[in-house]
Amino acid sequence: MAEITKANGIGDWFDQRLATKKLAKVMMTEYWIPKDINFLWAMGVVLVVLFKILIISGIFLLMYYKPDVNLAFDSVNYTIMQEVEYGWLWRHMHGVAASLIFLVIYIHMFTGIYYGSYKKGREMIWLTGMALFGMFSAEAFSGYMLPWGQMSYWAAQVITNLFGGIPVIGDALVIWIRGDFTVADPTLTRFFMLHVLLLPLVIILLIAVHFYSLRIPHVNNQEGENIDFDVESEKYLAGNKKESKVVPFWPVFLSKDFFVVGIALTLFFYLTFYHFNFAMDPINFEPANAMKTPAHIYPEWYFLWSYEVLRGFFFPVGPIAAMDIGLAAFGFANVIFMIFPFLDRDPIVKPAHQRPRFKIWFWILLVDMIVLTVYGKLPPIGVNTWIGFVAAMTFILLFVALPFITKKDAGGAK
Amino acid sequence: MRELKVLGVVIFFTLVVYIGVEPFAHSQMHPHVAPADFAFKDLPTQTKTGDANKGAESFMNAGCIGCHGLKSQGMTSPFDDATASASFGVVPPDLSSSGLIYDTNFLAALIKNPAHALNVEHKFNENKPHPMTQFYGLGGDIDQEVADIVAYLKSVAPQKIEDKELFQDACQRCHSMKYANITSNSDTEALTKYMGSTPPDLSMMIRSKGKDYLETFINNPQKQLKGTAMPRVGLTEQAQEQVISYMENTGDRKKAERDALGPKVIGFMIIFTILAYLWKVKIWREVH
Repeated sequence: MAEITKANGIGDWFDQRLATKKLAKVMMTEYWIPKDINFLWAMGVVLVVLFKILIISGIFLLMYYKPDVNLAFDSVNYTIMQEVEYGWLWRHMHGVAASLIFLVIYIHMFTGIYYGSYKKGREMIWLTGMALFGMFSAEAFSGYMLPWGQMSYWAAQVITNLFGGIPVIGDALVIWIRGDFTVADPTLTRFFMLHVLLLPLVIILLIAVHFYSLRIPHVNNQEGENIDFDVESEKYLAGNKKESKVVPFWPVFLSKDFFVVGIALTLFFYLTFYHFNFAMDPINFEPANAMKTPAHIYPEWYFLWSYEVLRGFFFPVGPIAAMDIGLAAFGFANVIFMIFPFLDRDPIVKPAHQRPRFKIWFWILLVDMIVLTVYGKLPPIGVNTWIGFVAAMTFILLFVALPFITKKDAGGAK
Repeated sequence: MRELKVLGVVIFFTLVVYIGVEPFAHSQMHPHVAPADFAFKDLPTQTKTGDANKGAESFMNAGCIGCHGLKSQGMTSPFDDATASASFGVVPPDLSSSGLIYDTNFLAALIKNPAHALNVEHKFNENKPHPMTQFYGLGGDIDQEVADIVAYLKSVAPQKIEDKELFQDACQRCHSMKYANITSNSDTEALTKYMGSTPPDLSMMIRSKGKDYLETFINNPQKQLKGTAMPRVGLTEQAQEQVISYMENTGDRKKAERDALGPKVIGFMIIFTILAYLWKVKIWREVH
């Protein structure tokens, strides 16, 4: 046991018991980040801030929300939005942050893909990140159900129904998930539990692992340069701050992040106060009605690309029903990003613009996912169905081609 | 410089996604309709000038009070709400404010041919007549008699009316508005049978449909929702504005608070961002 002496101040008192000085070094002042980065490296901190906003606003909403099909809609739209002081503000912040966090997640993901920050020891960062994406998706879906509006109900109906496509156990699984034969009160209550308890717990745990997984392989940089962090950090500590290729997390890295967070939050609050319909669909201000199907059912914008992969296969092939092909493609789309590091056969970490074939692949993927997103919302009529089909096929073929393209890039470099 | 280029790329693709899934997708799902027509141009124009005194007489002779009340003149409806909705499906309106809130031309056309003016000819025909009997005239010039009745209704109407009262006169016969403690005065079961489905509660309609939609929809429901059982009610522009404003005060009551708080919070964030930038420049000067 450490020898405890009379503390010469409150800081020292804690330090003797919790090693706070050492902790601050490890976590902040001697946690080294490459200097050669741009604002995209701040997205992680922006995500943390948005997640905190979601937790805090969520706690306030939780004080008045009622997870009961007869009370849910009014508890949100009357009690919270009208009766509770600034309840509308918490709800708007919660809804807008939930939507915006996905934009930042996608930017964060594509940054990782562009700069190759998922390989050569960084696989765990990617895997935990994709697990977080999955959990955030579940969190968003379960949260969207809670106001019990028309879109809450019908999205729940459509999405839970998807599990019916799983062979053999499908039908039983749907009932097990819903807790009833249709989407009803038990469904709402269990998704409420998932939204406010189980999923946030898993997310917080995953965030911790995600951060930890950064420590050993370190943060990547703009050129994919393999930095010797021990040498560079010593230079920094010796006072050669300009010469060193690294900076400490606090205060240097975070000072830049605060600035980026400031810009992100300015945009966030503008959307919260004046431009929130994109995140709070007007149709969901109509109470859920099992007898009245809305004219257009679509998920929130961040699910549209995978929804369109599902819808894109609208015709049967031989004995296989269109729905089954769509479901298989949908399953593919939802797991394929997870194994991204293992599909990239080029072992060298370089930004996409230094990889001739991968560069083209990257921009096609981005454009294709945007096409899928837009057409995922449009009514599936006329030429839209074919554009959806081509875009969905392109998406699948891109991933089939990825190992060959990256292998070729690697060969060319020799 | 390179950082700005990266920023440009991020903003560009974000905007493309936004425009695609919001304005563009919505324009595809909800095609644009012609703006509201408060002149009711499709109805015949009144050419006769009405005489309110004669109108008072015609109003009595035409038998309007067989179904309608005119409370402001001490005439109450002959039916209570339950009986009225049992016989007609929907409670016939009291006409006290009708001269103020409904368009003159519309009222005249309505008296002569209710189903046509109300735009519900797809629901009613000779075998299934509209519950309001059309006015066949009292033997003189029917257009003159109609003009007189309208002039009478205008003469007994108030000069102005509160938003809530207007909403009740124009909408409450079919619609409830839970968040304003307004319940339809027709019996739900009879009304549902009459309309084909239960008319929706209007509490949150301002958020679910939005002002723009409501402006054309209330003026002429068929424009936005072909085949709907909801009649065109014939509100004047001013009256419709009051109805929408009442719906906003019920469904989006905190709008004023929201609009007022916005600049303060956004201003705070701008100041935060400027300070953060200055601090960042100071810190990075040491390392660059």
